[in-house]
Amino acid sequence: MSSDASTEPVVKTPLYDRHVALGARIIPFAGWMMPVQYSGIINEHKTVRTAAGLFDLGHMGQVDVTGPDACNFLQFITTNDVSTIEPLHAHYSLLPNEQGGVIDDIIIYRRAENDGYMVCINASNRHKDVNWMHRWRAERPDLDVTVEDISDKTGMIAIQGPKAAAITQRISDRDLSGVDYFSWVEATVGGVKANTARTGYTGEDGFEFYTAIDEIGTLWDALMESGANEGLLPIGLGARDTLRLESRMPLYGNELADDINPLEAGLGWAVKLDKGPFVGCEPIAAMKSTGAPRKTVGFKLTERAGSPRSHFEVQVGGRSVGFVTSGAMSPTLNENIGLALVEKDVAGNGKPLEIIIRDKPVAAVQIKTPFYKRDR
Amino acid sequence: MSSPKELLYTKTHEWVKVEGDVATIGVTDHAQSELGDITYLELPDLGGEVNGGEPFGVVESVKAASDVYSPIDGEVLERNEDAIAAPDVVNSSPYEGAWLIKVKLANPAQVEALLTPEQYDELLESTGSH
Repeated sequence: MSSDASTEPVVKTPLYDRHVALGARIIPFAGWMMPVQYSGIINEHKTVRTAAGLFDLGHMGQVDVTGPDACNFLQFITTNDVSTIEPLHAHYSLLPNEQGGVIDDIIIYRRAENDGYMVCINASNRHKDVNWMHRWRAERPDLDVTVEDISDKTGMIAIQGPKAAAITQRISDRDLSGVDYFSWVEATVGGVKANTARTGYTGEDGFEFYTAIDEIGTLWDALMESGANEGLLPIGLGARDTLRLESRMPLYGNELADDINPLEAGLGWAVKLDKGPFVGCEPIAAMKSTGAPRKTVGFKLTERAGSPRSHFEVQVGGRSVGFVTSGAMSPTLNENIGLALVEKDVAGNGKPLEIIIRDKPVAAVQIKTPFYKRDR
Repeated sequence: MSSPKELLYTKTHEWVKVEGDVATIGVTDHAQSELGDITYLELPDLGGEVNGGEPFGVVESVKAASDVYSPIDGEVLERNEDAIAAPDVVNSSPYEGAWLIKVKLANPAQVEALLTPEQYDELLESTGSH
């Protein structure tokens, strides 16, 4: 999944010793030693959906973008309209390449007025993204902007689940009930100064916290203690993946890649072609006017079989029409689900697909996504 | 926790129970722990042939699909339909509830190449398994 992993030494987040003490199974991911599971992926997944889970996100990257032209610069290198982000709000966006493919998916957080932005980027793309941003900063000497990789100074964890807000509020110095989805505040949680954002990658309510890196352990411990009687569990990357898949959130390397256009990935809503020129806008606009030749669809298997997995071939009537981008046995639905990138003419809810699993076609039907939506 | 004394083992983490000329095969506790939550089993049909050193089926977990190997040649007499219907039994009861297949031994001498419980536990220790 990551092109950077092979060139970097494998490193640990500040929370590594805690994961080991909690009995986590540790795997290398994007150059980091990360917990893939503690008590089991299915148990962790269900716990996030019914109680709450705590995630170590120390592998993710953060980039500061500041200066009078911070907004203009981000406008130029992303697909979404940065000018619509209010202070202390955030939005989801994509970093496109010049061919209209995707370099990374990101969240852009706007700080207080005139204080610039923080961009949260994927662990697997950290150096690629930072280099890309520096390249375009150099190509736009007309823009007064500073780009700084602050990942090594920034700690990050998330709490997600129906009990996440209560567990956090209990140890927070300020009322968090007004922090709406995709907005954030500076709060003190468990005694730690934390930018507390109502964002997440699970489809549940909850927060992502950004702190000084040497304080993230204190915040983790405080939340674990606050949630101890409410079933709060630590959650690994395995359940993080099944949770985001059920909520139809893309994973870079699966649904998004250098050669997948945002329109094919079903992310046209994060592309604002009328905001002005940006890197890659022309091929994206061209695809919009002729129609995307491929479409990302949701499906479930309709016969008992192993699970669909990334890069498995997809056929219709014995003819190859695309490939699975992500697939898994859904713990919430107890069914095999997946996303596939297929020729547009075979796409449509209710239409059949065959997923090739161990050389045999397995029957599937296309269904609408997200596969799971929480009650609000 | 040491491996059950009445069974024999393979380097690929299967266990074998030999009763006369019938061998019952499953995967060990170490295997189920490494695999994680088991979601699906693919097992051979009755009357099918298994060959020593070759995979006879697949155990799928949330994260991956893994081959299961037979150490012996033989014909499949029975397969565990209960485990196929509820694969998580591999996690909860790898040595009893989750036997996978019963095989009529074509070549009983092959049993001699299997690991004893002590040898298997030593193998686990030397590879630093927990």
